[in-house]
Amino acid sequence: MVDFSTLLDLGYLISATLFIFGIKKLSSPKTAPQGNLYGALGMLVAVLVTVFKMQLSDQGIEGWMWIVIGLGIGAVIGYWMATTVEMTGMPELVALFNGFGGAASALVALSEAIKVYTADDYAIAEPIFQVYHLIPILAIGASALVGWMTLTGSLVAMFKLKGGFYLPLSKKDEKGRRKWVNFPTWGPSWLNYVKSLLFILGIIMIILSLNNPGNVGLIIGIVLLSCVLGILFVLPIGGADMPVVVSLLNSLSGIAAAFTGFVVGNTVLIIAGSMVGAAGLILTFIMCKAMNRELFDVLFKAFGGSEKQSLTRTKVGSDPEEVAMVLDGISKCIIVPGYGMAVSQSQHLVKEFADILEENDVDVSYAIHPVAGRMPGHMNVLLAEANVPYEKLIEMDEINSEFSECDVALVIGANDTVNPAARSGEGPLGGMPIIDADKAGVVVIIKRSLSVGYAGVDNDLFYEDKTMMLFGDGKKMMAELNSALKEL
Amino acid sequence: MNETIGIFLTLEGFILSLTVFALAIFLGFELISKVPPTLHTPLMSGANAISGISIVGALLAANSNEGNIATIFAFIAIILATINVVGGFLVTNKMLQMIRGKKRGGN
Repeated sequence: MVDFSTLLDLGYLISATLFIFGIKKLSSPKTAPQGNLYGALGMLVAVLVTVFKMQLSDQGIEGWMWIVIGLGIGAVIGYWMATTVEMTGMPELVALFNGFGGAASALVALSEAIKVYTADDYAIAEPIFQVYHLIPILAIGASALVGWMTLTGSLVAMFKLKGGFYLPLSKKDEKGRRKWVNFPTWGPSWLNYVKSLLFILGIIMIILSLNNPGNVGLIIGIVLLSCVLGILFVLPIGGADMPVVVSLLNSLSGIAAAFTGFVVGNTVLIIAGSMVGAAGLILTFIMCKAMNRELFDVLFKAFGGSEKQSLTRTKVGSDPEEVAMVLDGISKCIIVPGYGMAVSQSQHLVKEFADILEENDVDVSYAIHPVAGRMPGHMNVLLAEANVPYEKLIEMDEINSEFSECDVALVIGANDTVNPAARSGEGPLGGMPIIDADKAGVVVIIKRSLSVGYAGVDNDLFYEDKTMMLFGDGKKMMAELNSALKEL
Repeated sequence: MNETIGIFLTLEGFILSLTVFALAIFLGFELISKVPPTLHTPLMSGANAISGISIVGALLAANSNEGNIATIFAFIAIILATINVVGGFLVTNKMLQMIRGKKRGGN
């Protein structure tokens, strides 16, 4: 008679199929929401199949309490985090979730390691040195090495995306906020050798654990080493490259899940994990290409490191009334949004600004740099929230030729993506494609100060004669500019 | 040895799993080729939610009434993996709804 529990394995096939179509559909704009639904459905099937299988096994489910409480807590926290997140905080949240996924894989491997090593029959489980008996031990080591690295790397990436953190227990200022500490970017070139050395050491420890199965000390060693490796891996990489790093870490967390699949002997883990690992790697390359960067350079040549250029020049700021007068009677305006727009949450005011201009027959469009903000697509999502029509958002390559016939370019909270220094091909920004805002008749820049951007390079555009700087918070400045326009 | 390493009690089982592993990697490489920049973040986020599949491993590992350190690790793994899965799909959906809402607004 066919065992029903074995038949349930077909459920994993359904689940894996849903994942495959989910990822495929997520890569096309029309089908993306459906793809996400497929993925979620596949996950639900996988969880249900697993629970049924456990219930049908000889001993049934022994850990109901753990399972139900664990799922409950996780679901509530996950729901809460996903629904309360601000649009600006989404990249950080993806990084954090990614770290959790990696940690979960690594913890499962650790849990299994302890179970295997402390099992009463472990000593008499000879002959253990059959090659296929070593596989779980190899997988435990590999999962630990990759999983913990994903966790610590993702956490560092998250703080880098935030730019820093409020120091706990520090004195509160008058606004009730604690001291803000900038997250450091540190990475002398010799650190690459340290990283390589640690990685090789990790591999050696995994091989050692094969000869000494049951040595918990070695496993703990791998865990600690992997944690340090994750931190050192991301620490030297500048914030502008974080999207690529998070994507790579996402690929790693998939690989960790696949290794865990070998530990617990479960095919859906192996399929979904390795597929996400491979697809994540391809996405990483696609993102690198969009930024005109090589993955190797991103990972091993510090970009936007600690050496920030100090400012030697000054520029007199303009006021919104002056800018409003310049805007009067123009025919074409291109808006160039950046991270500053996201931080100040001024996308609705930007839309209002565009509406006012359009009422006066001005042609308004938006120039979207592929990596404006902190993640690709960041600006699209924000402007969509403010109901900016899709066809007004124009990608960099298409709009760059239009700047020469554009009267005013309004740059709001962007810096590196409009820095002409990138054209020189030298320095940290060298070779990065930029938006040609400097070719517009007049460039209006809303920015809090002249300070350098993520790459740490001073921006010549700020000092040009045709540039008008509106110093201040994006939201405040946009509001003042809008009211000045209405008074004209 | 322990029951948890079930399918590896035979060499055939291991080789089959290795085959599946290799094929899934090839599949992953071929799965996506051109992705518009707008979808980079949602795709990453969605794939990230799928890598929360380790929830299955966590469930299997937590299936014990012993309440020892191994179960506690598995319990924490369930929580983290569930956050990854639930939060990941929701946040991806949130991003995609905005992109879609934009299109509707444009028409």
